[in-house]
Amino acid sequence: MTRMKSIGAALAAVLLSSVAAHAGDVRIMWYSDGSEGAVIKDLLARFSKANPDVNVILDEVSYDVVKEQLPVQLEAGKGPDIARVTNLKAQAQHWLDLRPLLADAKYWDDNFGAQADWMRPDGSNAITGFMTQITLTGGFVNKTLFDQAGVEIPGPKATWDDWAVAAKKVADSQKVFAMAIDRSGHRVSGPNISYGANYIAADGKPAPIDQGAKEFLSRFVKWNEEGIVNKDVWVSAAGTTYRAAAEDFINGGLAYYYSGSWQISGFAQKIGDSFDWVMAGSPCGTAACTGMQGGAGLVAVKYTKNPKDVAKVMDYLASVDVQKEFAERSLFIPAHKDVAAGQMDFKTDDPHVQAALKAFVAAAGQTAAPAMKLPGWKWSDAYYSAIVARISQVIAGEMKLDDAYARIDEDIKAKVGAN
Amino acid sequence: MAGKTVSSEPPAKAGLRQALSAPVRLFMGIVDIPMRGWQKLTGLNGMAGVFLAPNMLIFTVFVLLPLVINFIYSTTSGGAIFLPNRTYVGAEQYRILFDCGSYLDPSTCAADTFWAAVRNTAVFVVFQVSAMLVAALATALILNRELSNRGFWRAVFFFPVLLSPVVVGLIWKWILQRQGLLNYALSPFGFEPFSWLSDRFWAFFFAVFVSVWAHMGFYALILLAGLQAIPRDLYEAAAMDKASPTRIFRRITLPLLMPNLIVVLVLALIRAVQIFDEVFVLTGGGPGTSTMYITQYIYETGFASSLRNPGLASAASILMGIVLVILTLIQLAASSRNEKKGKRQ
Repeated sequence: MTRMKSIGAALAAVLLSSVAAHAGDVRIMWYSDGSEGAVIKDLLARFSKANPDVNVILDEVSYDVVKEQLPVQLEAGKGPDIARVTNLKAQAQHWLDLRPLLADAKYWDDNFGAQADWMRPDGSNAITGFMTQITLTGGFVNKTLFDQAGVEIPGPKATWDDWAVAAKKVADSQKVFAMAIDRSGHRVSGPNISYGANYIAADGKPAPIDQGAKEFLSRFVKWNEEGIVNKDVWVSAAGTTYRAAAEDFINGGLAYYYSGSWQISGFAQKIGDSFDWVMAGSPCGTAACTGMQGGAGLVAVKYTKNPKDVAKVMDYLASVDVQKEFAERSLFIPAHKDVAAGQMDFKTDDPHVQAALKAFVAAAGQTAAPAMKLPGWKWSDAYYSAIVARISQVIAGEMKLDDAYARIDEDIKAKVGAN
Repeated sequence: MAGKTVSSEPPAKAGLRQALSAPVRLFMGIVDIPMRGWQKLTGLNGMAGVFLAPNMLIFTVFVLLPLVINFIYSTTSGGAIFLPNRTYVGAEQYRILFDCGSYLDPSTCAADTFWAAVRNTAVFVVFQVSAMLVAALATALILNRELSNRGFWRAVFFFPVLLSPVVVGLIWKWILQRQGLLNYALSPFGFEPFSWLSDRFWAFFFAVFVSVWAHMGFYALILLAGLQAIPRDLYEAAAMDKASPTRIFRRITLPLLMPNLIVVLVLALIRAVQIFDEVFVLTGGGPGTSTMYITQYIYETGFASSLRNPGLASAASILMGIVLVILTLIQLAASSRNEKKGKRQ
């Protein structure tokens, strides 16, 4: 009988402990562009040591999983407890309002308030998360290739046409590709706005594609046809699949690469001293010289079973010291207002990285007003997706440009109509 | 001694066997009681239903029910996943899919990408299935000959079948990319690096080639089994008559291999209509939409794109399901025709 009681007690203890561990589980879905995965793992290990009652599980996934699988999980009322996401506004209905759960909501308003609207439903004052970094799109130049070709790097007021001409000269001389732009609607939206594009109609719904966007997109298609832009990047997939051209740049096969600040960490790791590279801001159009602001946000998911533990983890990750260390080690532009305003000590000896980060911070001041609105606009991702899918078809020779414009408008209209 | 069996098994081994089979016998004893009850209740014929019930349950839960739910989704619109949050639109999704100026010109269709995918799939099926049949037959004929290390060669041709389609796609992607193995191999002959998968013709060619390479071993094995079932004396008689190899192939091999060829044809057809995994990894559906096939269209429309439309994807998958049902019926008809023919002979 005593033996039976002992077995029963042991069984109960095991069951209770397993239930207790489950109650404190906080699962984070995380993707990385560079070294930030290792940094967050390190920071969370410290949290776990200080908070043994909360079991933080970091699921490191590819960006495609966040882009393609997470939305389906969320629609089904499932998903992780916290997720690192770029499509923040369109999925805002799935985020948890942390305001009543946070230790000091005012601290969050003061330091992350500028981007809070990017990740909450329109008209709400919810605190759903924070930006893990502020990103800005911009151009990277392989300076070594330009020097070897004897071509001067265009100045800060150079237009997209000037860059195309200069990069073509380098490409001809060095037998590389002149330019590449990531296969992403977000990436071509900065250049579109530089030529005067506006995606948002007076009623807040998507406007038909306008002359400004057409000005740049027609150039982009022409450069693809002429081989100035590496065609492989945009024709290498159908639909809205994301493709970066970072590997081509890292391998020294590109004179000019238009991407964004999140690439810096990867470049620091992979390029090293193989060649000199610089960040050259965003080329000008007829209306502006703007890139696109954005970034990835860490948001709490409202379907969590452990909202208090989620808030505890978020409070920790949003704290000044953690934010500063995360940005300095990941080589990111911080979103935290006080951290950004203070002295940053980026953990790298690479002079290219230091210079690039400074250049991005300077370029952020030139962001045009329409580009500032898009990260917090519900339909931005629908617009980006339609542009990518249809312009790829034009570059592949399946469709004429004018037909693509009509299809972009129809695709967006269908999306708005379906929601 | 009559009637007494003498076991050569050592007593220890027999004891172990008894001990190991004891739980099975116990289980059978327990199951036997309700089974006898069922048999009394339903009769001997009703027992067939009892034995079929578990399989039918699995079929209902994992095939029939999803099919019905899929059909219901195809009559709704919106981006929501839960049915109660979706709007009933009747046949609207089907109307969108069939809203076409000319079905031969996808650009005149409201769902232009769907029709491009349908056209691509049709072209793919024609070329891939033809290539598959020829390649599998040729391989089977070669492997049926007296080769040294025949077992090794059979394994070589069957090996790709064992690979995951994602692995197949990635291997060939690495071979065919601009900095890939193929360009490296061609460079000594003066060829400039070429992006094989960014060219419409070559992307299609390699989509067909890779899928044939990956699955040919399976079909070759079916044909090889058919070839080995052909009586040798027919070939000996033909040899005595001094028949040419071509004539032997046309008059003996091909007719007697026909049942296997029909099975291979229909299986390859069904598989080709469903093509997705290795081509998706290899080309991503590009360049443009030139290697986007119907399954990828359904995936993109239902899940991948932020323009996702589960209703439209469901309608497309119902249409694809109808095509597959027709192909399966053809296979069943062909199989039963062959069976009857076999019985008559």
